[in-house]
Amino acid sequence: MGSTITEKILAAHCGREIVRPGELINAEIDVIMCHDVTTTPAIDLLKAHGNLHVAYPERVVIMPDHFVPNKDIKSAEMVAKIRRWAKEEKIEKFYEIGRHGVCHALLPEQGHVRPGTTIICADSHTSTHGALGAFATGIGSTDLAAALATGELWFKVPETILFKIQGTLRKGVFAKDVILEIIRRIGVDGALYKAMEFTGNVVDELSVESRMTLCNMAIEAGAKSGIINPDEKTLDYVQVRSNESFDVYTSDPDAEYSDVIDIDVSDLEPLVALPHLPSNGKPVSEIGDIPIDQAWLGSCTNGRIEDLRKAAAEMKGKKVAEGVRMIVVPATSDIWKQANREGLLDIFMEAGATVSTPTCGACLGGHMGILAAGERCISSTNRNFVGRMGSPESEVYLASPATVAASAIAGKIVNSNAYKQD
Amino acid sequence: MKGKAHCYPRDHINTDEIIPARYLNMDQEKELAAHAMEDIDTTFVKKVREGDFIVAGEDFGCGSSREHAVWALRGAGIRAVIAGSFARIFYRNCINNGFLAIECPEAIQKVHTGDRLTIDLKSGKILNETKQESYTFAPVPDFALQILESGGLMKTIVQKVKS
Ligand code: SF4
Repeated sequence: MGSTITEKILAAHCGREIVRPGELINAEIDVIMCHDVTTTPAIDLLKAHGNLHVAYPERVVIMPDHFVPNKDIKSAEMVAKIRRWAKEEKIEKFYEIGRHGVCHALLPEQGHVRPGTTIICADSHTSTHGALGAFATGIGSTDLAAALATGELWFKVPETILFKIQGTLRKGVFAKDVILEIIRRIGVDGALYKAMEFTGNVVDELSVESRMTLCNMAIEAGAKSGIINPDEKTLDYVQVRSNESFDVYTSDPDAEYSDVIDIDVSDLEPLVALPHLPSNGKPVSEIGDIPIDQAWLGSCTNGRIEDLRKAAAEMKGKKVAEGVRMIVVPATSDIWKQANREGLLDIFMEAGATVSTPTCGACLGGHMGILAAGERCISSTNRNFVGRMGSPESEVYLASPATVAASAIAGKIVNSNAYKQD
Repeated sequence: MKGKAHCYPRDHINTDEIIPARYLNMDQEKELAAHAMEDIDTTFVKKVREGDFIVAGEDFGCGSSREHAVWALRGAGIRAVIAGSFARIFYRNCINNGFLAIECPEAIQKVHTGDRLTIDLKSGKILNETKQESYTFAPVPDFALQILESGGLMKTIVQKVKS
């Protein structure tokens, strides 16, 4: 019996030939990413336990993103504390304001994600990095402290569900719609504790960025990780960004899966996930009139350059509807600059949207676009839980960047022109 | 372990509800505790006494990885969460903190708020003194029990680093 890519990476990182689902292992960690919100408790834990030090500073990458630029005194103190600690521990990879961005967009963009590696961050959407063929998973702050002190961490080897995504995506239907459809089918705990491996001709044809959107939302189905076998596109993406070596692992044809799910996406329409679960996906064409107060474009799910291009294509020469606020948040500083060079930011501003500096911000109800009671937002983010973007009495609807942009223009949730013109 | 049950029988209670992100600019247990479960039940903190339990549905703790959710509950006095099942990172966080997370679908059906419960880890049973019933739960994995007994993951890490 063969092994899945996930089993192979984990085996290689605990010095074994083979590991099987259910086994508890201690795996070597190649990349430890730290952001602002969950790192200070780990620092406190290290200090409280005999002043433990970072075992491998060169493996640590610090990317404050949630409440940056600092939204208040408390968040300023948090980042100040991380900055001091990074100096003490000689951690050099610190992405300060100006080079900053949402961690799951910035980490691969800056070349820190390589196939075959293990990556952790005390953040649930760490699954994103599986798009490049790495084992990447979210953990908590105590796990983070343990990994910082030892360079390894305990894991239960997960079972894998294989998703074979086949067919031809219609114009105006994107990776976001595919993952919303998958979560709609299997539910928010449909992949609990498991790895979700995505394959099929549709995945092959997706850009590396779109593959990140798929893996990013694996956690919204309860999964430990999302992963895609590396191909030429993956290697091209990585090799222009990193000089470090890596090993490419791929799943064996006779690997064992806990489930194999075939999905033909040829008839898939653009979806919107209604409040308050990401599994509440419905075709936009079936939801009737839902007026909106805000449209939010950004996040680790859909704040990359291709997302901004799709939104700008919908908005060029048009105006955001009266009574609607549209906020565009390029996910990283380089994406911001690129969007500026391409004239996308002008298109947004001319349409009456505003463009923010990179930040997680309102995606998690932090700042830069918080909702009041009774307000409704269409968002390119990944979670629509109660109170996620502000008041517990507000509502979040999840959709692709094209749908978000088209809805901002219409003042209500509608299909994009890219889709309608197909 | 003895305490009163506080029942929230819904599935998918997420960490945004357990401790909303608007409080994530804080990381101290007592500060967080003041806002535990605020978006589900604004009277939660007032009702809970030291040593009490939460009883909830499936997939408890889904969503964000914030360990602040465990700390907020523990700080508010909660000693264990009994649920149908747990989301992965929340479950890890419980184990790593030496905080009990018990899977017991039967209890979810039968326990009501205010019932007095005793959790017996050795026999794997929850005794409901109010209703004179007992429920069996899935054994806590050995690995988790070891971390629990040593007082959390960091204690075992300290030993490892020193040796
Ligand atoms: S953009 Fe949103 S989902 Fe992504 S890391 Fe930031 S807060 Fe989390």
